[in-house]
Amino acid sequence: MRPTDLSLAQARLALDARQISARELTQAYLDAIAALNPRLNAYITVTAEAALTAADAADQKLAAGHGGPLEGIPLGIKDLFCTAGTRTTAASRILGDFTPPYESTITRQLLRDGAVFLGKLNLDEFAMGSSNATSAFGPVENPWSRRNDPDTRLVPGGSSGGSAAAVAARIALGATATDTGGSIRQPAAFCGVAGIKPTYGRCSRFGVVAFASSLDQAGPIARDVMDCAVLLRSMSGFDPQDSTSVEMVVPDFAAAVGRGVRGMRIGIPREYRMAGMPAEIEALWQQGIAWLRDAGASIVDVSLPHTKYALPTYYIVAPAEASSNLARYDGVRFGARVAGSDLTELYEKTRAAGFGAEVKRRIMIGTYVLSAGYYDAYYLKAQQVRALIKRDFDLAWQQCDALLTPATPSAAFGLDEKQDDPVAMYLNDIFTVTANLAGLPGMAVPAGLDGQGLPLGLQIIGRPFDEEGVFAVAGAVERAAGFSARPGVIA
Amino acid sequence: MSVDIATIKRVATLSRIHVEPAALPGLAREINAILGWIEQLSEVDTTGVEPMAGGGATALRWRDDVVSDGGQAEAILANAPDREGEYFGVPKVVE
Amino acid sequence: MTYMIGDWELVIGLEVHAQVTSQAKLFSGAATAFGASPNSQVSFIDAGFPGMLPSINAECVAQAVRTGLGLNAQINLWSRFDRKNYFYADLPQGYQISQFAHPIVGTGEIEITLDDGTKKIIGITRLHLEQDAGKSQHDQHPSKSFIDLNRSGVALMEIVSEPDMRSPEEAGAYVAKLRQILRYLGTCDGNMDEGSMRADVNVSVRKPGEGFRTRCEIKNVNSVKFVMQAVEVEARRQIEVWESGEEVHQETRLFDTARGVTRSMRSKEDAHDYRYFPDPDLPPLVLDAGWVEQLKASLPELPDARRARYVAMGLTPYDAHVLTLDRETAVFFETMARGRDAKLAANWLTGDYFAALNRLKRDIADPPVSAEHMGELLDLIADKTLSGTIAKQVFEHMLAGEGAPGAIVETRGLKQVTDTGAIEAAIRAVMEANADKLAEYRSGKEKLFGFFVGQVMKAMAGKGNPAAVNELLKTMLAG
Repeated sequence: MRPTDLSLAQARLALDARQISARELTQAYLDAIAALNPRLNAYITVTAEAALTAADAADQKLAAGHGGPLEGIPLGIKDLFCTAGTRTTAASRILGDFTPPYESTITRQLLRDGAVFLGKLNLDEFAMGSSNATSAFGPVENPWSRRNDPDTRLVPGGSSGGSAAAVAARIALGATATDTGGSIRQPAAFCGVAGIKPTYGRCSRFGVVAFASSLDQAGPIARDVMDCAVLLRSMSGFDPQDSTSVEMVVPDFAAAVGRGVRGMRIGIPREYRMAGMPAEIEALWQQGIAWLRDAGASIVDVSLPHTKYALPTYYIVAPAEASSNLARYDGVRFGARVAGSDLTELYEKTRAAGFGAEVKRRIMIGTYVLSAGYYDAYYLKAQQVRALIKRDFDLAWQQCDALLTPATPSAAFGLDEKQDDPVAMYLNDIFTVTANLAGLPGMAVPAGLDGQGLPLGLQIIGRPFDEEGVFAVAGAVERAAGFSARPGVIA
Repeated sequence: MSVDIATIKRVATLSRIHVEPAALPGLAREINAILGWIEQLSEVDTTGVEPMAGGGATALRWRDDVVSDGGQAEAILANAPDREGEYFGVPKVVE
Repeated sequence: MTYMIGDWELVIGLEVHAQVTSQAKLFSGAATAFGASPNSQVSFIDAGFPGMLPSINAECVAQAVRTGLGLNAQINLWSRFDRKNYFYADLPQGYQISQFAHPIVGTGEIEITLDDGTKKIIGITRLHLEQDAGKSQHDQHPSKSFIDLNRSGVALMEIVSEPDMRSPEEAGAYVAKLRQILRYLGTCDGNMDEGSMRADVNVSVRKPGEGFRTRCEIKNVNSVKFVMQAVEVEARRQIEVWESGEEVHQETRLFDTARGVTRSMRSKEDAHDYRYFPDPDLPPLVLDAGWVEQLKASLPELPDARRARYVAMGLTPYDAHVLTLDRETAVFFETMARGRDAKLAANWLTGDYFAALNRLKRDIADPPVSAEHMGELLDLIADKTLSGTIAKQVFEHMLAGEGAPGAIVETRGLKQVTDTGAIEAAIRAVMEANADKLAEYRSGKEKLFGFFVGQVMKAMAGKGNPAAVNELLKTMLAG
């Protein structure tokens, strides 16, 4: 077995048993990055020397017998997490060469547990997008391609496209990511890997570049459900520096993965069956239902009546919060600056040059919906509809313990497709935004392939703070699916 | 709800983002497409519904009144595009 | 009798920004002390760096509640923070965290007293917590402004009055009274020259009986005197505009203290579209009613109540007013007067002691003689160890740093002599030495009594108890 063949859980055992050294493992990943990143463009910054230094330190700890849960595990970090001493870009020109003098809480916890950081992963600019095509550092290529059309480059999904592609191509053993409207789950599904967005408040947002404060949550993307559970444990935890962080004990998520679903009630929300949904997606969903029934769960038909309003609600709330969160990018204290003859010109030119088109569009939508005279009709209304969406879920939990839905309305599309129409792009998040609006945990698991050999995922949505339930269902789906296909580009 | 070029200009100014005059019509079109799609929310009956501000903690947690931060002028100024000694420099503002 | 300028009445409302007295800032742990070197009291949170998040300081919440209680205001157990969005170089986040829709304190009132003794109630509309901005300096460089973020994030209480004031005097009295209350409570030091308290003055004018006309706001006025001047000057400006047939436009102005005029601030486009929305980084602020009751029970006594108590103790209203102007003086007075004659204590404090403070350029907060020692001095007068005259001497020695009055009296032998034997002896000696004057006195020149008092006191080096001397002298001179 080559080092990059090991899953995170397997690598943990091998490292502890000293069958492989942390240095060997990290070097294998660095070699893979050198070979494949020029094509995939999954990494914006590679921190090779620091990674090897960290790996050596990990080896010392492992030799002394006090390695942490992630000791020596090489991870990629989405370039939205502030990492002390390493350039952090949010995939935007506006941050220039910004090098944070502080560490995000999540990356601090991962380092505490012994992880090795390989570098910073590419994403849609400021996490706004579903294709990773809005990055100022170039698009990321999906390591998968269509059987009948292998030359057409496909998107990995977004915004965490770099994270998903890196894990799928095995140029990272696991990755951190963030999810505001589906940015963990959709790229994970497009790249045939697993990803979970935990309950809002489970992971700290301190030190994560903010997009939409009431929706953003960090989470792992990894090869399989177990690897996600291991990573999520290290990433989770109450943080007093984040006032929205919730004081909940972090359970042993890994223990839930093999729990099974006997006796669980799985809800199938009828409104997720959209008009014009591709037959393959419907078929996969039915397959998922059958797997869970066979595994001993009962299947319940539920209704989430306000589902169709979730996307427009999201596209009011998220841009509104973003328009305010991105006001700090003004060329005064950090990042790139374009000179101006006065302060106003400085702001206007710096932000025009520094932000990409999608970011500008969303800032302007956000500014508009908050502006005088429109607040009630848009923002207030959206937050009311959001309350109704949450209430739909609260009622559904009386009848079921978790929900099963498709993860995406299609497989990965071409880099040059769907780019002209913002609304068409927004529809990618149709199955995922509801979990963000309601603050619920959601996970994508690879479940099958479409007619072109591209991965398709299923989504599990759980009750607040019941990531264990989500892992149990995801584990069952994963076992039944036996997904073993590999992308064309892989280490 | 359709917005005109003048409104787009006003919004761009409020956002402090310069938009080339030639780009305004295209931007207006895109934004109008998005706003038109968002319009459907007006169908929803939200009478008496309390707006949801977000998940997470339900009440603000309080911090003790101790000095635990600051004293790091170098780190604060380290990334400044225009550092003037101990200050950030910006084009002169006339009040 | 309403204050008028010509046919016009004034309508004045004040928004006072008071910096909360606390160790750390409202949403970060950086220090709040005045005068630190630039950018040395700045958290990454205060500087609006990527990924930074606010967390609230408990003491700032308590200070706001104490202030609300001191203003007889409604305390809102549920309140919320909103973002006020605008761009400015001293506002790192591009928004100020404030409270718009649901402030922590609701309606209240304070009573002001004018020079002629009239009292008036001024309504308080609300009090809310918000972040202060950093400071810009425009005069250090020909083409640049310099930004210091030390003040960015310091907690402010914005206290909004009803537009109840009708004259510059009322406006000045309101600011002075508010400042006094804040200082008494210890929630703000009220140092207007250091900028820890500043006023935005809203002025409009009208003909009696009308509704409100357009008002203008004069920002950041930093003394009571300037508030009164600004009101006067702005009212006159507006009257001139109306009387010339023009209309007053709502705008933000500054008071130019050097030239004594208000001038328009350079207009900021859309300056007023702040796009307020609830701050998604901060859940609602919830107060426990029991905790508020505890704060209420432990509030220091406020100026009005204290003044009334002093008058009940026997002080004149004037003395009560002077002694309660600030809390330090009142506390000093009470320590000095505890278990003693309040009037005597008041006289000594407002007389000799204040004069000494002036002379030595000292402050009651840094007293040259402690209140305890002053109290001991009063005791020595009360038990007749010292005459009033000698007591003043002893006080001078205390000011010179010689320590407690008891010790000074012993060391210097300044004890008043009340021993009638000694006094009689002294009187006899004086009578013998001044036989001619004695004869004149006995034949009717009663004015000479003072001469004999002086001579006896001189002979006794001032230590004779005046009352005893007088009595004995009267008897012995009479023969």
